[in-house]
Amino acid sequence: MTTADIPTIARTCRQMRRDIIEMVGAAGSGHPGGSLSAVEIVATLFGAAMEHDPARPDLPERDRFVLSKGHAAPVLYAALAESGYFPREELSTLRKLGSRLQGHPDARKLPGVEVSTGSLGQGLALANGLALALRLDDNAASTVYCLLGDGELQEGEVWEAAMLAAHYRLGNVVAIVDLNGLQIDGPTCEVMDVGDVGAKFAAFGWEVLTCDGHSLHELLAAFGAARLHRGGPVVIVARTMKGRGVSFMEGLCDWHGKAPNAEQCATALSEMAEGSAL
Amino acid sequence: MSDKRATREALGATLLELAAEGRDDIVVLDADLAKATTTVKFAAAHPDRFFDVGIAEQNLIGTAAGLAAGGRTAFASSFAVFATGRAYDQVRNSVCYGNLDVKIAATHAGITVGPDGGSHQMVEDIALMRVLPNMRVLVPADYRAAAGAIRAAASTPGPFYIRLGRPALPAVYDDAFEFEVGRAYVLRAGTAVSLVACGAMVTRALDAANLLAAEGIAADVVDAATIKPLDEDTILASVTKTGAVVTCEEHSIIGGLGSAVAELVGEHAPVPLERVGVRDVFGTSGEADELMEHFGLSAGDIAAAARRVIARSSLSSS
Ligand SMILES: [Mg+2]
Repeated sequence: MTTADIPTIARTCRQMRRDIIEMVGAAGSGHPGGSLSAVEIVATLFGAAMEHDPARPDLPERDRFVLSKGHAAPVLYAALAESGYFPREELSTLRKLGSRLQGHPDARKLPGVEVSTGSLGQGLALANGLALALRLDDNAASTVYCLLGDGELQEGEVWEAAMLAAHYRLGNVVAIVDLNGLQIDGPTCEVMDVGDVGAKFAAFGWEVLTCDGHSLHELLAAFGAARLHRGGPVVIVARTMKGRGVSFMEGLCDWHGKAPNAEQCATALSEMAEGSAL
Repeated sequence: MSDKRATREALGATLLELAAEGRDDIVVLDADLAKATTTVKFAAAHPDRFFDVGIAEQNLIGTAAGLAAGGRTAFASSFAVFATGRAYDQVRNSVCYGNLDVKIAATHAGITVGPDGGSHQMVEDIALMRVLPNMRVLVPADYRAAAGAIRAAASTPGPFYIRLGRPALPAVYDDAFEFEVGRAYVLRAGTAVSLVACGAMVTRALDAANLLAAEGIAADVVDAATIKPLDEDTILASVTKTGAVVTCEEHSIIGGLGSAVAELVGEHAPVPLERVGVRDVFGTSGEADELMEHFGLSAGDIAAAARRVIARSSLSSS
């Protein structure tokens, strides 16, 4: 865990939100809602919780990050650019022909992306595999972080993987659920109720932490506690708001997979100006 | 024949050999079928590098992909119907899209699973695996070829599908045989028709060649042990020589070896072609040999198809 102060991470969050709006706006398609809900989670990981070196993306001692909710690629790209994995100018190539910034993260193209994701439900099993490999490497230092969406928990493979992580006592796995309560077709409780997410993971043998997924203070505390728990897998259930930081997107599932137009981009960016609430 | 052995038996035995040769990077995963797939042999000797994921094939492939992303060569084993069908999206997105070093060694492929019936008789797996970018598909004809295929896959980076069977098969190759990815093997030279076979059908194609020889028909017999990448040169050389081809596979006539050869021959050397295989139906319970007769996969069926393509070939050339 590196030390970054909360004001610094907060500034990064503000920049990442701007990046998300600008890159999805320029692409004309993409997933702003679930990217914005995960900004503080991802910024805290890349800015403080994770050991990583953009100059050496294959450093054996690095922590690993798996974006299981791969459609939130813009938030990952924003964090990677902010960290220095690639030039910020490249963000505007999102989703364009020839870009390393694919619609969903492609590990073969972009440094800093550990594994390719996008088909929901597959990230946790990949994270488990990475964690088993670290164990075989006698690498006790590294942790594998896996960010899941709450709608994604409807995929059966997530629970197959949840069973495996507990069975093999993968203390180097930390899952984070971006609990924004929404999915494409509506609220998760109406589309297919995922119920008490923490209780479900607890029943599968996981240590469960909960926090406000937009509070840097709470996220830092949760990641700190998760890191100390090495006896088995830990899940951080982070309560979030879809579209967070853009007034007209907040809490609306319509902004799951729709790009803002030029006017909407301008409005969103003005809300994120220096000195605004976020 | 006393030396009949199942191709699946080569899996556990070869993984053990590779471990003994110092391949510490190899990990093996199974989904509660380790005894049947024979990976239990590896599990007993190397429990630290064996992972049973339970009855969860999506998890089998996903965890294997993660281990491969972590620098391991991961062998994932289950029955063909589950490893390819149940986990298709994981094979596609977690393994092939990332071009990861996962070897899907699937056993109990085809109708020779026998009494378990149609739910377990996988005759679509070659089609499913063949269409995936980055995937290579190996269908060994006997124990020796299976051992070679497993070794070749272990030493070649990237995704592989290795199709193994349940029943004991007669030996086609001797101990000196070395499996080469992407190579087809001409087992018998003829002039009148090419019999291009894979897996358990190779022996039957050789038997069919004997039946045809008794009638004065000389058949080329080619073991297309690698379905992808197909050995185009060897197969084209055979069919341009003979002018007629019969494909033979314990798989649907749609999407498998027959389709691969038809695509190749259609584009480069159109000749009369027939596909011997399961004719777009599900399997059914029965003993393996009975089922091969029932679904038209016997040496006699191959010989009959050969006579038909030869007749069509001489019609078109006269
Ligand atoms: Mg959601």
